[in-house]
Amino acid sequence: MEFKDYYAVLGLERTVAQDEIKRAYRKLARKYHPDVSKEPDAEARFKEVAEAYEALKDVEKRAAYDDVGNRYKHGQEFNPPPEWNSGFEFSGGAEGDGHDFSRSDFFESLFGHQPAGARGSRGRGQRAGEDHHAKVRIDLQDAYRGGRRSISLRVPRIDANGRASIEERHLEVNIPKGIRDGQHLRLAGQGGPGQGEAPAGDLYLEIEFAPHPDFRLDGRDIYLDLPVTPWEAALGAGVTVQTPDGSVQLTVPPGSSPGRKLRLKGRGLPSVPPGDLYAVLSIRLPPADTEMAQDAYRRMAEAFGDFQPRPAVEV
Amino acid sequence: MSMNRINRTETPCVIVEEEVQFTLIELSQVCRTEVDQLMELVMEGVLTPSGEDPERWRFGGTTLRRARVALRLTRDLELNAAGTALVLDLLDEIEALRSRLRRLGGD
Repeated sequence: MEFKDYYAVLGLERTVAQDEIKRAYRKLARKYHPDVSKEPDAEARFKEVAEAYEALKDVEKRAAYDDVGNRYKHGQEFNPPPEWNSGFEFSGGAEGDGHDFSRSDFFESLFGHQPAGARGSRGRGQRAGEDHHAKVRIDLQDAYRGGRRSISLRVPRIDANGRASIEERHLEVNIPKGIRDGQHLRLAGQGGPGQGEAPAGDLYLEIEFAPHPDFRLDGRDIYLDLPVTPWEAALGAGVTVQTPDGSVQLTVPPGSSPGRKLRLKGRGLPSVPPGDLYAVLSIRLPPADTEMAQDAYRRMAEAFGDFQPRPAVEV
Repeated sequence: MSMNRINRTETPCVIVEEEVQFTLIELSQVCRTEVDQLMELVMEGVLTPSGEDPERWRFGGTTLRRARVALRLTRDLELNAAGTALVLDLLDEIEALRSRLRRLGGD
């Protein structure tokens, strides 16, 4: 296990005043919070920042951390001293803070395991299991066709001694045809176990589509770029396009300009009503890198002598 | 110690956004939060249930995502309900602009 320098994570000196810690955390949290940030590693960065803040915001925890921290550097191999096994006792940390993610081993070796999202009891002996949440990434094609998908989830388990471990759990899920990016599936009774006769909680899976190189999504509608030649755009043409559900024939009408959207009704995500598929035209110019090609462009210039793409400029 | 738990039985599964409505209590359980905090979000207009009084409130399935984001922002950025409402409005606006960009292509 590596020692983590929580001060460095927040960009602070060890001697910093307590309210500076809060200020540094808030600034970094606004920058990296996964719900607002588009930084590529936002989630991982935020997790680090939140953990550092949790260790340092509380004066007692900070003192305990400093006691160890004076002997280690960031990234150095860290072996918790034997007396740490019993864990520190902290006055304020009894209730869980509802964080969705687990803390690092390093954090837990110092401060013990704190169950995520622990709440007041819902009655003794007969407590319904907690609802669990997880994210699942699927391909666009899975949403088109629907069907069984095998997913694995990493579930934290706490043993009788209060030590946490990660258990891999496999589930067969029926992906409903037409599910959209960002929607949730509820799997009844697949959450945390209930106590006594109480029912188990539910499992909520947030569906996330893997980004596709060719298709862009907007709700149920799908967009794709369709490059055509100048003569196809001008004279019209029949072209074959690849959709998530196979290839289709499409007619480019004569006189099309770039940006024109050709709609294939009902070829978007299946649903009631189904979405549409839009092919957005762009025009590719052939390179003028041979004598013949240059001649062709010169002939075009002659044929379109009056064509003026720019507004007239007063001299 | 890690163990494999295999589940091969068919699990009943619904799309929350299309088939589920939550009562206030249910939503508080799903979001692992207190009813009071959700009521505050309703008062700020972040969540908009149908029904007149809290006992009869029904939240549509799309509320799940909105409530979870709102609660995370409130907790992690230490915002009050009004600040959270503002952030969510701005996020909606950004999402509308992004979806316009996606339709245009070339990102």
